[in-house]
Amino acid sequence: MHELPVTQHILEIVLRHAEQANASRVTDIYLVIGQLSSFIDESIQFYWDALSRGTQAEGARLHFERVAAEVLCQVCGVRSPLAEIGQGCPRCGSLRVKVVAGEEFYVRAIRVQTADEVERGV
Amino acid sequence: MGVKVISVLENILQANEQVAAENRARLDAAGVYAINMMSSPGAGKTALIEQTLRALSPQVRIGMINGDTTAASMDAERGAQAGAQAVHINTGGNCHLEAHMVRQALAALDLSALDLIIVENVGNLVCPAGWDLGVHARVVVASVTEGADKPYKYPSMYRGADVLVLNKIDLLPYLDFDTEYFLRGVRLLNPEVQVFQVSCRTGEGIQAWSAWLRERAMRNRPVRIR
Repeated sequence: MHELPVTQHILEIVLRHAEQANASRVTDIYLVIGQLSSFIDESIQFYWDALSRGTQAEGARLHFERVAAEVLCQVCGVRSPLAEIGQGCPRCGSLRVKVVAGEEFYVRAIRVQTADEVERGV
Repeated sequence: MGVKVISVLENILQANEQVAAENRARLDAAGVYAINMMSSPGAGKTALIEQTLRALSPQVRIGMINGDTTAASMDAERGAQAGAQAVHINTGGNCHLEAHMVRQALAALDLSALDLIIVENVGNLVCPAGWDLGVHARVVVASVTEGADKPYKYPSMYRGADVLVLNKIDLLPYLDFDTEYFLRGVRLLNPEVQVFQVSCRTGEGIQAWSAWLRERAMRNRPVRIR
């Protein structure tokens, strides 16, 4: 259920950038979510539909780009999925690994229509 | 012609992180060290806080911010009984504390009369991990009755911990808990983590944990010019 405040933040970010770009409508939102951040696509979509109603971003499509968690072995330098390192680095067995991907949680981009384009009927 | 794609690249939790930074600045200005204590329900956060208060209070002046999903404030009351200045936050069903809730609680505490604040988060191994509260250290309390696979199943919680307190070790003789497997899972995610093994029931290990915390709390205390 913590997707509710998170979705509010997404809407604030989107509307702010849309305004800066003089957009009249937001059509698409591209989100990047790492596997280690505990947010569920369907839940964000559910709150999005309710929260965006009546705003310039109403009806915008949410695109979720999921990033798998990966670790980098500090000994042999091999990069592997977190899921495969239950007993250490799959190549050298070392336990000295560092999480290098999977904690992302940001709005990558938005696709908008500007007022001019709407007037021109584009 | 048609639409335009705008690059945003903005962290969604930015708003929370901004308030967290304000909280941290406020704590630093007052010379108060703060920890965010997280665990699954029943791991023993409140029991650990009681033991900690017993070990450190009143030499270390301790405040407690206690988050619960309801108005039931028995945890804050247990803290107050053990000698802490305690504030209860009712999250209204929310599954974790956020920085703005802690900001409100800080306003209700007399920071000039404190060395240490223990924030007791909502019992939950998933949600609290994503929210920086503006404290100095994140302490995860695990218990041997939960099973040794928890770091593998809840990586984001163990990944973000600065300190891990493994509680209920007095029960180890009765369980199949594989401590080595558990700790390996934690260190894979988080090689720098500081680990304390304790029993809040027998008091074993509490001294080492309390000594660590006392050192942090007193180191942070500003030199007051009289």
